Amino acid sequence: MASAAPTPQPGTAAATATANGGGGGPRTLGVLVEMRAAVLERVAGLLRRRGYPVRELVLGRTEEPHLARLFVVLEEGASGEQVAKNLNKLVDVRRVADLSAQPTVVRELALIKVDVTPGTRQEVLLAARVFRARVVDMGERTLTLEVSGRPEKVDALYRLLRRYGVRELVRSGPLALVRGPQST
Amino acid sequence: MATSAVQATPTGSGREVAVRIGAQVLVETLRRLGVTAIFGHPGGAALPIYDALYDARDIAHVLVRHEQVAAHAAVGYARATGRVGVCLATSGPGATNLVTGLTDAYMDSIPVVAITAQVPTAVIGRDAFQEADIIGLTLPITKHSYLVRDPADLPAALTEAFAVAASGRPGPVVVDVPRDVSQTPLAATRGEPAPSRRAGPRAPHAGQIAAAAALLRDARRPVIYAGGGVISAGASVELTRLVDQTGVPVTVTLMGKGAIDEHHPRCLGMLGMHGTVCANYAVDAADVVLAVGVRFDDRVTGRLRDFAPQARFIHIDIDPAEIGKNKPAHVPIVADARAALGALADALPDPLPLEAWWRQLEEWQARYPLRYRQGDDVIKPQFVCETLARLTGDRAVVVTDVGQHQMWAAQFCRPRAPRTFISSGGLGAMGFGFPAALGAQVARPDATVVALVGDGGFQMTMQDLITAVEWRLPVKVVVLNNGSLGMVRQWQEFFYRQRYSHVFLRNPDFARLAEVFGAQGRSVRRPDEVEAALAWMLAVPDGPCVLDVHVDPQENCLPMIPSGQSVKEMILG
Ligand SMILES: Cc1ncc(C[n+]2csc(CCOP(=O)(O)OP(=O)(O)O)c2C)c(N)n1
Repeated sequence: MASAAPTPQPGTAAATATANGGGGGPRTLGVLVEMRAAVLERVAGLLRRRGYPVRELVLGRTEEPHLARLFVVLEEGASGEQVAKNLNKLVDVRRVADLSAQPTVVRELALIKVDVTPGTRQEVLLAARVFRARVVDMGERTLTLEVSGRPEKVDALYRLLRRYGVRELVRSGPLALVRGPQST
Repeated sequence: MATSAVQATPTGSGREVAVRIGAQVLVETLRRLGVTAIFGHPGGAALPIYDALYDARDIAHVLVRHEQVAAHAAVGYARATGRVGVCLATSGPGATNLVTGLTDAYMDSIPVVAITAQVPTAVIGRDAFQEADIIGLTLPITKHSYLVRDPADLPAALTEAFAVAASGRPGPVVVDVPRDVSQTPLAATRGEPAPSRRAGPRAPHAGQIAAAAALLRDARRPVIYAGGGVISAGASVELTRLVDQTGVPVTVTLMGKGAIDEHHPRCLGMLGMHGTVCANYAVDAADVVLAVGVRFDDRVTGRLRDFAPQARFIHIDIDPAEIGKNKPAHVPIVADARAALGALADALPDPLPLEAWWRQLEEWQARYPLRYRQGDDVIKPQFVCETLARLTGDRAVVVTDVGQHQMWAAQFCRPRAPRTFISSGGLGAMGFGFPAALGAQVARPDATVVALVGDGGFQMTMQDLITAVEWRLPVKVVVLNNGSLGMVRQWQEFFYRQRYSHVFLRNPDFARLAEVFGAQGRSVRRPDEVEAALAWMLAVPDGPCVLDVHVDPQENCLPMIPSGQSVKEMILG
């Protein structure tokens, strides 16, 4: 799994947005692609060339070795339709679905390294527990949490931890599957 | 340049198994795909392919002097016939020289397959001698590309490349073949590619056709805006039938020239920046615009929000991504233009009541014809175009370069059939005209092919006159020689206070130059010589000829809608 575009600072523009949200939030397109040479360049190049406001581009492997799922998260307000139509033109693209328009399971993984002092350690651990984040590293002055969930949950935890001082953060970008029997 | 081409060796196991190398398989596949002409230039990485071509007597390889010419010629070939044009270049500099021509093919949706040789797989990515990442370089300007790493994949890759280039919205495809892949002996190939999962041309949606027919039936001022998609779909007959039945006026884009016989009484000529006043006024006043096989290019629309401001749009295109790209469509029809126009014609069998509209259109046509004044001393470029059109009956294949002469040709040549007006539309690549004419002449040896070029653009690719001489291609080159980069000079005059920065050209004597190359050449300086000179040129039976026509260096191309503006800002003639 690789994130091909820099993850912007979370918790800024669209803290409440969700890949499942529809409405005015950022739209997420699920793109099933053949894992052939240059497929990521083709997709990324197309999005750049046409100037689409891409917030995130995430590539994940699938049940089939020669297929991958790409998730394209567009900035809030962007129309997914032109983007989808253009992606559909790529020979390596099998299918494009606007995931914002259907019920999906969306998950994102984040690692957050927070500053702690003897006075704040307990508060941070409490926050971690409430958000079901796991402590994956603990030092004298920092604590690293692993959290997974919907992107807005990650946003919320990040916002909460900011006051203690977040040293480093890395997010995977969303992975998603359509709920129920139909394929994504 | 060193090579060690592995020879095909029969394996000695009792019975003879012909072992072929990748390059031989490549050439065989091309033959099976029906390729009869390739425009190319050799080099180290391409040597195995060239060695295989040595035996391919049935495939004409036209050795061009610059790979840019190979790509433009492949485009000319494809545009004159509708078949896939093929060009071939060696790795590195050979491949990079194709880029302009491939971009042109991409912008104008022309089916071309470029075969590029590549350095051996073992050294790819190591900045090997004459290595260029041609797949990377062409990603934004190709429909698709293939790097063939296993010779067994060659037939499948090429077959798929041809299918991708020609299907749906056509376009260029690159097949990159490392030298070792073309040298490796192989016993078996991987067989045919799986049938494309991409569906054939889409049938139009019946509901949308009905909606479009209803819009047109209620329209009082409808206009058809026809583009290159009509030509690539082979939909001219259907377009003409629709127009004949309904009486709806048609205006064509530069790429759409020839989509309908432009002598047809319902044809208003070209629209856009240098289009006819009537065509532009018609679209401006239209209440329904039927856009077919067009992409709402800014050279056509000017300022988008002022383009056909009162109109509802019906948009027919095979490429769904074109619909709504620049203008929202009230009735979108994603379909093959031929099927869609045929269905529309079936749905609208009767003449529409457009008498009032035609009275208005005819008034505009009468009030604002294309005009120029030909005096006795200097030759007007429009006069040359008009005379050429008259002498050929508008039946020659006219290929233009880019600049003022291109727009005059578009205004005064009124092709009668599709694929007889060829011009670099989307990219506007100077240097296109003569090579594309060369390719068109290879494709249609019996046709009269005229390259109408400017003195600037011709000098970008004129070295390939020798190629035309070598192949005795009777391409007729008319240079509209105004001693300047005319279109740029015009913009500097209009928009840069006549600060003529670096636009005047010192030119060679093009007629004598032609003779040095072994072609025929003539110069003309007086209006009364023009007709005879054109007639002479059209009568030259064999090999290329160059007619250097010294035209009025001050002449401007009008009417003109300045870039990014609207019909209201049109500069009239
Ligand atoms: C490769 C390329 N370089 C530059 C331009 C910009 N350009 C457009 S028209 C033009 C002048 C063309 O002059 P000429 O070939 O003499 O034709 P004319 O306009 O005089 O008919 C130029 C430089 C271009 N279209 N293509």
